[in-house]
Amino acid sequence: MKEFKPLPDLPPPVATTGFVGWLRENLFSSPLNSVMTLAVLYLLYTTLVPALDWAFFSAVFTGDDKTACEGITGACWTFVVNRIEIFTYGSYPATETWRLDICFLLLVLSFGPQFFEKFPYKLPLGVFSLTGFPVICYFLIAGGSFGLEHVETEKWGGLALTLMIAYVGIVAALPFGVVLALGRRSDMPVIRTFCIAFIELWRGVPLISVLFMSSVMLPLFLPEGVNFDKLLRALIGITMFQSAYMAEVIRGGLQAIPRGQYEAAQALGLSYWRMMGLIILPQALKLVIPGIVNTFIALFKDTTLVLIIGLLDILATVQAAITDPAWGAVATEGYVFAAACFWIFCFGMSRYSIKLEKKLHTGHKR
Amino acid sequence: MDNATSNELAVQLVGVNKWYGEFHVLKDINLDVTPGERIVICGPSGSGKSTMIRCINRLEEHQQGQIIVNGIELTEDLKRIDEVRREVGMCFQHFNLFPHLTVKENCTLAPIWVRKMPKAEAEDVAMHYLERVKIPEQAEKYPGQLSGGQQQRVAIARSLCMSPKIMLFDEPTSALDPEMIKEVLDVMVELANEGMTMLCVTHEMGFAKLVANRVIFMDAGQIVEQNEPHEFFDNPQHDRTKLFLSQILNH
Repeated sequence: MKEFKPLPDLPPPVATTGFVGWLRENLFSSPLNSVMTLAVLYLLYTTLVPALDWAFFSAVFTGDDKTACEGITGACWTFVVNRIEIFTYGSYPATETWRLDICFLLLVLSFGPQFFEKFPYKLPLGVFSLTGFPVICYFLIAGGSFGLEHVETEKWGGLALTLMIAYVGIVAALPFGVVLALGRRSDMPVIRTFCIAFIELWRGVPLISVLFMSSVMLPLFLPEGVNFDKLLRALIGITMFQSAYMAEVIRGGLQAIPRGQYEAAQALGLSYWRMMGLIILPQALKLVIPGIVNTFIALFKDTTLVLIIGLLDILATVQAAITDPAWGAVATEGYVFAAACFWIFCFGMSRYSIKLEKKLHTGHKR
Repeated sequence: MDNATSNELAVQLVGVNKWYGEFHVLKDINLDVTPGERIVICGPSGSGKSTMIRCINRLEEHQQGQIIVNGIELTEDLKRIDEVRREVGMCFQHFNLFPHLTVKENCTLAPIWVRKMPKAEAEDVAMHYLERVKIPEQAEKYPGQLSGGQQQRVAIARSLCMSPKIMLFDEPTSALDPEMIKEVLDVMVELANEGMTMLCVTHEMGFAKLVANRVIFMDAGQIVEQNEPHEFFDNPQHDRTKLFLSQILNH
């Protein structure tokens, strides 16, 4: 009898490599592509070069007032540098800003290491950033105890306020969203109806009207003398609003889990909550990471809407500063700075979600 | 067997009826299974065989009649359902392993969370059963990295980790390539020889002849015929059974 011997593995064919090969294959593979490449290069030249020139090469970064920027063609970053404290801390008392600095430092220390594969204490750190971190920050920022001077929420502002609202919104909207999504798929009619009503109500109104209601209407309905903080009301409004969106994103993930997963979990005797917590949600949440991050990013940018109820987040402080007659025409610089701040945080979230997806990928078949 | 009380029976179905909406899937099913008995259930698709064994661990609800498993009657009561599910293992056609957990974690999950077993002990148990299904070396891999046959053996090990008194198999080899069917059947034969009570929906007639005490033929939601394997294959009583057997055996 003949013995079957598989052929030996051969190396793959050598592709056209090198820089010139790459250029030929990707940019100049046909006359049309060559023309397109040149056209795009020209377009980049006419837009990117002046933009870089404005932002960096002809820009001014130093100085004390607008005289430093007289007669230049580039950006007047002097304005931003001079106002950086109000953009970062809002009208928080200048002598107390070290408290916010500690919070910023804690923020970096508790989230930064999550980006590094090798860092060993990711889980405890993650728990800290969801529990200890917000509590410490609250006591530090609000003061009133441990000998710290009390600072009313009216004085909170700038980037610190933006981050605070976004953080609370994100951390609170996710668990609420999970509960609402599970409720909407529940077999129990009362719970299901409540969840559907809640989601559809909050999803059906614009965030601006939610914020208006919370700051203008709500106090009218409360009894005389009862008044709770404007920032707190805004936070609750944003959380409710975003958890409705989050619920629908998560419901999409729950629907993608095959019936067999539920059946296998039930057949093993797992209770409803164990089945959801150990089997279904870990898979469903992983599936909808892009959607969840999308909602987080939208939430982060929506925080700017709090300026209409008189909370001064970073965009509001920038807007107030550019109307200062002492500086002249610095609107562009102000808005570019605000946009850059938002972009850095949103891009960070996006990168982290990509990392997370890669890490949780466990095979090709489901 | 007729004299046995419900306490001594592993599974007892009495006058079970079930409907999917208007469709009557199970019609007056009566079935007694004694401990240690190996039963093979066959029949054309849509005959209700899967539905019947899925009723035994309440993955499906029955609307009329009684189902008693290990002396516990299945009702709406969630506690009883959990009690029954703890003692009844099940293997599915599509394995239904948990893709986000490793093979070992798949096996230890239920013992740790349902049986409250310490993690180290659960891992020992898992490795023991993974050795029995002959894939201990795959313990740290994810299900997506295994072949179909290996996945089904993991699924069997996962059920065995709960040390069930009864095992249900719902077409365990139907989704497998021909070369992998044998490795799964070997595990099941071994299990049968150790005296496990088994109810197995399958079309593997070789397996039925080898290990079954009884073969049940179902059609249109009814048990048409049941007999010990040799009688069943050599001397079927019903025309419907003869037709079915001729179709699956002669091709």
